[in-house]
Amino acid sequence: MEHYNMNLTLKVWRQRNSKDTGHFDTFQVKDISSEMSFLEMFDVLNEQLVSEGKEPIAFDHDCREGICGMCSMVIDGQPHGPWGQTTTCQLHMRHYKDGDTITVEPFRANAFPVIKDLVVDRTSFDRIIQAGGYISVNTGNAVDANSLPIEKHDADEAFAAAACIGCGACVAACPNASAMLFTSAKVSHLALLPQGDPERKTRVVNMVEQLDKEGFGGCTNIGACEAECPKGISIENIARLNREYVGAMLDGGSKNTI
Amino acid sequence: MSWKNYFSTSVGKKIQMSLTGLFLITFLIVHCYINSLVWVSKEAYEAAAHFMGTNMIIHIIEVGLFAFLILHTVQGLNLFLKNKSKRGSRYAVNASNKNSKWYSRSMGILGSLLLIFLVLHTSAFWAPNRFSQITGGGELDLYHMMKEAFQNPVVVIIYILGCIALSWHLVHGFFSAFQTLGLATNKYKSLIKSVGVGFAIIVPFIFIMMPLSFYFGWIS
Amino acid sequence: MTLNSKIPSGDLNAKWETYKSTCKLVNPANKRHLDVIVIGTGLAGASAAASLGEMGYKVKTFCFQDSPRRAHSIAAQGGINAAKNYQNDGDSTYRLFYDTIKGGDYRAREANVHRLAEVSANIIDQCVAQGVPFAREYGGLLSNRSFGGVQVQRTFYAAGQTGQQLLIGAYQALERQVALGNVTQYSRHEMLEVVKIDGKARGIIARNLVTGELERHFGHAVLLCTGGYGNVFYLSTNAMGSNVTAAWKAHKKGAHFGNPCYTQIHPTCIPVSGDHQSKLTLMSESLRNDGRIWVPKAKGDDRKANDIPEEERDYYLERRYPAFGNLVPRDVASRAAKERCDAGYGVGASKQAVYLDYSSAIIRYGKSEANKLGINNPSDAQVKELGKGVVEAKYGNLFEMYEKITGENPYEVPMRIYPAVHYTMGGLWVDYELMTSVEGLYALGEANFSDHGANRLGASALMQGLADGYFVIPYTLGNYLADEIRTKAIPTDHEAFVEAEKSVNDRITKLLSIKGKESVESFHKRLGKIMWNKCGMARNEQGLKEAITEIQALRKEFWENVFVPGSADEYNPELDKAGRVADFLELGELMCIDALNRNESCGGHFREEYQTEEGEAMRQDDKYMYVAAWKYNGESNFELEKEDLNYDVVKPTQRSYK
Repeated sequence: MEHYNMNLTLKVWRQRNSKDTGHFDTFQVKDISSEMSFLEMFDVLNEQLVSEGKEPIAFDHDCREGICGMCSMVIDGQPHGPWGQTTTCQLHMRHYKDGDTITVEPFRANAFPVIKDLVVDRTSFDRIIQAGGYISVNTGNAVDANSLPIEKHDADEAFAAAACIGCGACVAACPNASAMLFTSAKVSHLALLPQGDPERKTRVVNMVEQLDKEGFGGCTNIGACEAECPKGISIENIARLNREYVGAMLDGGSKNTI
Repeated sequence: MSWKNYFSTSVGKKIQMSLTGLFLITFLIVHCYINSLVWVSKEAYEAAAHFMGTNMIIHIIEVGLFAFLILHTVQGLNLFLKNKSKRGSRYAVNASNKNSKWYSRSMGILGSLLLIFLVLHTSAFWAPNRFSQITGGGELDLYHMMKEAFQNPVVVIIYILGCIALSWHLVHGFFSAFQTLGLATNKYKSLIKSVGVGFAIIVPFIFIMMPLSFYFGWIS
Repeated sequence: MTLNSKIPSGDLNAKWETYKSTCKLVNPANKRHLDVIVIGTGLAGASAAASLGEMGYKVKTFCFQDSPRRAHSIAAQGGINAAKNYQNDGDSTYRLFYDTIKGGDYRAREANVHRLAEVSANIIDQCVAQGVPFAREYGGLLSNRSFGGVQVQRTFYAAGQTGQQLLIGAYQALERQVALGNVTQYSRHEMLEVVKIDGKARGIIARNLVTGELERHFGHAVLLCTGGYGNVFYLSTNAMGSNVTAAWKAHKKGAHFGNPCYTQIHPTCIPVSGDHQSKLTLMSESLRNDGRIWVPKAKGDDRKANDIPEEERDYYLERRYPAFGNLVPRDVASRAAKERCDAGYGVGASKQAVYLDYSSAIIRYGKSEANKLGINNPSDAQVKELGKGVVEAKYGNLFEMYEKITGENPYEVPMRIYPAVHYTMGGLWVDYELMTSVEGLYALGEANFSDHGANRLGASALMQGLADGYFVIPYTLGNYLADEIRTKAIPTDHEAFVEAEKSVNDRITKLLSIKGKESVESFHKRLGKIMWNKCGMARNEQGLKEAITEIQALRKEFWENVFVPGSADEYNPELDKAGRVADFLELGELMCIDALNRNESCGGHFREEYQTEEGEAMRQDDKYMYVAAWKYNGESNFELEKEDLNYDVVKPTQRSYK
């Protein structure tokens, strides 16, 4: 692949902490290689800022191979940037050309308060999982793994839902700042497996209640989440969550906590 | 958990929107069928209108219809405002056309336009008719009223716009109603989508043809 | 000798069973009064915290990421080993044990490895019960594949995301305990000091990374589950945040560091593309199941890969190691790639790469698929298309990742790969109970040194992390805490806490006050270069001696000229990084000292002076059959203590994969 260098203008959101109102700063970066990842371009910018004695831009990142879900950023209006099914860390600079201007903002949602610059607080996702995103089995309770055959199709579908990396792009993309795709991926993963069956009714209800409590918006089936999800989680999972919910509602089973 | 609790979560409210929406969709089919009788004959239309205007069961359903319409409106506006408030600071760059359809994002606006249209529409035909019935004046000559009203190009244009808003509202709403009930599985998703789009085109088209037919005198 | 490995006596097969039935227990009522601190929430940490929480201990977990689910275990791709023998291909606990000992080049403890093999099967059961969606066959039962260094299929997997699925399983179990109130979770917190009282670990000092506040936490025991230290090389497949800080602080507080020089260089990573590179990306070892590795037979052949005819390709692993072929263990595969590149046969712009080719696998799968579909005489294009489909189903996400990073389509042109730092077999020295040389301080998973000897086999890291967390520590911790039930929680205004906090505070103040000219990142890069060039895939006496001097000089420069922007009372990632790099600058030196001490080649440690004529690693069993456990006596002052390794069951021989 031919590579080339480019100069870019970056408009980046700066915000000291959650109380600050925040603003955009404009930076010029030079000689960015088309082989760099988007975050490596940010490394260059930060090195530049440090060398000027300025404070670098805070952004979340960790594995840089698209699986930990730590990186975020809304790049030119799209969570994780312009490439489909790609996290910010896997977006590469060959997408851009010399002279481009790129605007970078944090994930914006009331349930994701900004910690600093592009870093947001996503602990609300942990609390949604705490509300029921698990199978209650203590260590040592298990029977032999092959004593429970699971149809390959169901196992594959459960895997596809479980592939969610919990990055929050669905929330960032949704006009309602809803976390329904995230929640539904977990509900689906566990509802598709026989192991998840005993708790299916309480799980969906408790997780939805927690979702509301955290201050996310409701789902109105817009589909932006699915389009921006770096792991291609389908909104069919939302349909499944709804089905699970209706099932729980019609069954009227008593609501348990945990 | 009580029914009330089930219906008051964000998913529960969505289910309210879905169920009321599906009821309204059913009503549209009936309304559309009766309207299209104008192309059969004046008599056929009037017979149907008479039935709708006088049958007791229909009256009861009509009460339900309004209740659902109000619920759909109030809950819809409520959700619209609530959801809007979940993102305190807005994005500087808006790229939402890259990930979703404008009409899906504009259900609140489309719904509000429809509401305004419905007020105008019912105050032109349905309300005076029922008022006359209640106050002892008997049924009005709706066919004649229509013929008259649709001579005015402004009225015709308002109706066309109303029906276009209805069409976009339905393109999203039809699929959304099934998705919310969890019925839009992989197997049925594309079928529901296609039927929804077809419905959203055909029904408003028939509605639009009425004022146009009267205006251009396609109906004698 | 101060080190006591506490290996139970008796027959190897019976050691763990005997231990479990005779270790001390803590009754449920007492567990409620015992605090356990778990640092790190990867596979080892999350599984330990969840299991201990279930048992009734009061647990606190700490991780520097924003959620426990982000720990780098999540990036493990290929799979997890278990001696289930579901494939009826002759696997057994003994064989897994034997393969691991042999793969580790006879530098691991027999008892630990045997225990690992014993509990491996339980891990799979536990994970399936939690809802981990492992790959399955059409009959609904679990599927397996094979990994390097073994001749059976014992690896369980979930596409190329096995680590993710296992971690999410453990994370969910952990979150359940959080919901039940048994575990308190502290995310965006970094442990910066161990607090010792009367010789026992009694707590930690942690920094809240959002506010910058220092916090004191008491625990009757402290578990370090903080992963490896591969980032000492700057470029590695580790996450950007992976660091040695917790383990290093423990080391400085008296925990011996075991075999620090044992580093695993993974053979199949995407090659470095330039100076800007911040990390390296692994391509799962599972790709070697079907991919063939080659270089051109002619030196400096600049033709495109697809233009080089079959007879001019050198499938050097198949040539050198016919029995294991492309599936030799990692250390062997890495060295063979380096040997070819150093000899001038490398490919790509940098010449520091070899090809991993899927074309013959695509054709092979295509033909069998055509057969299945009943297509007679399929065209070449048809075969290729069908084959691509099969390969996509097996490795799709890896191929996609390769294409995103390199811009090349691996279905059409062979992938370019090169070895990269991936895992560290070395770590805190622990005894059979996973306790370090500091009482009450434990190390689990990659953070300890115990199970992989000098080289880890593929798909064994996940196994070890979960074995330690789910099935070992719940027993061994009880054996220690049973004697602690009378110890009341020590208030954190105890002078040991005050002192520890002060030392942490002083160091942070120092880092911020230097206000030099060079960034933390730049120092880290320079350290990485020294480590990679002189303590990397091949090491020699002279290079190591130079490295030690260079690192000392670099460390001095760091403390005089580093620039850390911002302040201590805010979210300041540069400050976090500075502390970590400062620790790497000390660890790097110890790694070189250890590598210099070990005058032999074994597993991932390859000393150029010690190789056979064919270039294979040459061990010196008579002199170095021991664990090098280093004690910290002050800056640049490390004292070697040896734990002799006794092989009662396996007879060490020269490893052969020919």
